[in-house]
Amino acid sequence: MRLSCAVNGRSLVAEEVWEGESLLYVLRERMGLFGSKNACEQGECGSCSVYLDGALVCACLVLAGQAEGRAVVTVEGIGSAESLHPVQQAFAEAGAVQCGFCTPGLIVATHDLLSRVPDPTTIQIREALAGNICRCTGYAKIIEAVHVAAARMTR
Amino acid sequence: MRPRLAPPSAVSGRVGQAVRRPDAAIKTRGDFPYSSDLQVEGMLWGATVRSPHPYARIISIDATEARSMPGVHAVLTHKDVPGRKVYGLEIPDQPVLAMDVARYWGEAVALVAADHPEQARRAAHAVRVEYEVLTPLTDPELALTGGPPRLHPDGNITRAIKIRRGDQEPRADVIVTGEYEVGMQDQAPLGPESGLAIPDADGGVDLYIATQWLHVDRDQLAGCLGLPHEKVRLIMAGIGGAFGAREDLSMQAHACMLALRTGRPVKMSYSRAESFVGHVHRHPARMRYEHGATREGKLVYVKARILLDGGAYASSSTAVISNACCFAVGPYECPNATIDGWVVYTNNPPCGAMRGFGSVQNCYAHEAQMDKLAAALQMDPVELRIRNAMTTGSTLITGQAVDGPVPVAELLRRIAAMSLPGAVSRDHLDLTQMPGGVSNTTHGEGVRRGIGYAVGFKNVGYSEGFDDYSTARVRLSVARGRPRVEVHTAGAEVGQGLVMVQAQIAGTELGVHDVVVLGADTEVGSSGSSSASRQTYITGGAVKAACEAVRERVLALAESELAELGRIGAGDSAGMRLEGDAIVAADGDVILPLATLLGEEVIDETREFRPRRTTRLDPETGQANAHMQFAFAAHRAVVDVDTELGLVKVVELATAQDVGKAINPQAVEGQLEGGAAQGLGLAVMEEIQVKDGVIRNPSFTDYLLPTTLDMPPVRMDILELGDPNSPYGLKGVGEPPTISSGPAIVAAIRAASGRPLARVPVRPHDIVDTE
Repeated sequence: MRLSCAVNGRSLVAEEVWEGESLLYVLRERMGLFGSKNACEQGECGSCSVYLDGALVCACLVLAGQAEGRAVVTVEGIGSAESLHPVQQAFAEAGAVQCGFCTPGLIVATHDLLSRVPDPTTIQIREALAGNICRCTGYAKIIEAVHVAAARMTR
Repeated sequence: MRPRLAPPSAVSGRVGQAVRRPDAAIKTRGDFPYSSDLQVEGMLWGATVRSPHPYARIISIDATEARSMPGVHAVLTHKDVPGRKVYGLEIPDQPVLAMDVARYWGEAVALVAADHPEQARRAAHAVRVEYEVLTPLTDPELALTGGPPRLHPDGNITRAIKIRRGDQEPRADVIVTGEYEVGMQDQAPLGPESGLAIPDADGGVDLYIATQWLHVDRDQLAGCLGLPHEKVRLIMAGIGGAFGAREDLSMQAHACMLALRTGRPVKMSYSRAESFVGHVHRHPARMRYEHGATREGKLVYVKARILLDGGAYASSSTAVISNACCFAVGPYECPNATIDGWVVYTNNPPCGAMRGFGSVQNCYAHEAQMDKLAAALQMDPVELRIRNAMTTGSTLITGQAVDGPVPVAELLRRIAAMSLPGAVSRDHLDLTQMPGGVSNTTHGEGVRRGIGYAVGFKNVGYSEGFDDYSTARVRLSVARGRPRVEVHTAGAEVGQGLVMVQAQIAGTELGVHDVVVLGADTEVGSSGSSSASRQTYITGGAVKAACEAVRERVLALAESELAELGRIGAGDSAGMRLEGDAIVAADGDVILPLATLLGEEVIDETREFRPRRTTRLDPETGQANAHMQFAFAAHRAVVDVDTELGLVKVVELATAQDVGKAINPQAVEGQLEGGAAQGLGLAVMEEIQVKDGVIRNPSFTDYLLPTTLDMPPVRMDILELGDPNSPYGLKGVGEPPTISSGPAIVAAIRAASGRPLARVPVRPHDIVDTE
């Protein structure tokens, strides 16, 4: 089938998409957007978190066909190489990144949290990021990074 | 043809500074290429046919249907392995593809390459393998007595260890005994096993791979592919965590075989379910302990029997059982010890390296025993530990005297002195702070708080005579008018921060601002593995040695140039050093900018670094100077336990650890926090459930990992006591956090619940008396 959707503000068309393909596969293998990661492909780890029409979803749990005509924003659509988003900047500074495989998903999830709750408490952060597994950091520096980003963004 | 890789890492900083990751920004943008992100034009996808039985004879393999499917380019079996058909880190016992028999559930039997990954999976499904199903050997106790069946030619005991120290028939005033069990833990690195093999025109292959040790992969691959070493080139791709899971080969040989056969680049990337059978796990353990002590609380003896289930193949089992036995008593003085350990072959999933490497399992046992002993003596558990704590010069049960700082008592005093977290407020109830969380299972009824302590230790680096070394190439030149240092090693940056450490050492030794760490590959000599908490010590040591060689040449050059210019006389060069991109005098005055001195000159030095040698355990007594360095940490856990439902909430972890010298304090903190999280996982939630040889929970839905709601804050006290033998006095940092964190949590749950809890992970029904 043919899939048309907007990804990071650009219209994209993918041909010969197999019915079973996930949005994650389309983003990675057809569109070359490898920022959404393939860690569990079961919706448990949050490494493939993206926005679908503004809602935070796991791209691995969205069938490609479900994205037809909709707007997708991936980690590549947050910040840029020239100018990191404050969330990205805070993660890089706080030591919230080790192997980094969970990082893109956490960036998107944190971006979503701060758009809804500009100055979250630690408990709110823990609750909001509970769907994103990190195996390296033990989360302390991730939580610190979210606080730093929130402070900068609300200043 | 090359896939896109991460750019070289530019880092500026000195030893001791919290230098930021050079790859952090690119990782936050999702632009860092991991091994599962690689792609080149025209590549095929590989898939693996795996045994659905834990033990079966392979009668026949029929690939006719799979080969005829559109888009399928190759189907390979063991007959297609070009070289040696088996491999292994210590014992070459594991087939590249199963031959006459499959020995574990999920063992690789055949390979497929196809245009599309889904087509490859379907073709793998279409390969017809006829099996004669055999009764698997799944009980390690049965394996210890010989089976049947006999799974390998030399029998089912992979290695037996005997440690005999002092009086073998000692008498003690107080004796406590216990039997303990540890379940099988998964490293669960988030990045899947994956890589891209690209054949060249001369019959060789380039493999882009995420691995903990490029050279040992290369050596095994060259053998299996029947190629000379120079025709098998490995290039490190981005690594999504490791923790021991990337020490053994997974898809490396398979992707290379498919690429060499098809003449096309072949990518393989495991799903999470496949990953659970694609790498080895932490050994499950059964341990029986007996501790004898005086009335005053001094250990008289420890007797222990440790049985590890190694699963179907050896992997690093022989070294894991050695550690489990060498450190069986914990960091305590113990004049008499009788330790017997075995690791055995079964038809369970193969086990090998995971962070902590044998010292995690025994810590659960020796720390539970110390608490039991304290209770029997009516003594404070911390006081009992301090009374028996090893100090500098103490002798291990293996007869080795430990030199350098041994701050066991100090670490315990520090965690005991830290203030305790406050009670959860019942007035402003926050469910996320309760056992059971937002499931709303309690508002505090039945909840009791427990506090537990544990201390542990292990070796840093390779042991028992294994040649531990690393190689570094350091190149100093001038680029755009500024001096620039390039550091090239094969060391694996798994997330721990080796890139910063290498650059910080080079920056410190050569006083240069611009340092670039090149990508790791097999074009430079081996760095050994990123494991055993060793890379900062060993590869850091190699970088330091290469920098010293470069510096020597720079200073010699400076001396001759300056003498020629008549600016110094003979002997005036004493005290000259490199700092701030310049040659400076002893008093710090700039004599000559490095860029001016060097001009077009390139100074390029390669050095190997070796720590002091170790020796193999005596087979009868286990006595030897088997280890090079020891690292110690202690943990205190505060846990709220719902004693009615068996649910737990770890409220806080506190730790004290001697890191010798924190080369990068932020990275050190990250190791202490992250390592503790993996310890928490094993204590209360993580277990690969194996029934009749089959993994029942090969997914992140069913294999539970700690989340932000499970992992509490970690209060840290980082000591820098300086090891006189190591570069900058540093100690390995990565593993100790994973050793005593879990045992402290379990001790706290025992304190709250009064239950014996002899098995980890602790499950709700272990806490609640359901009988």
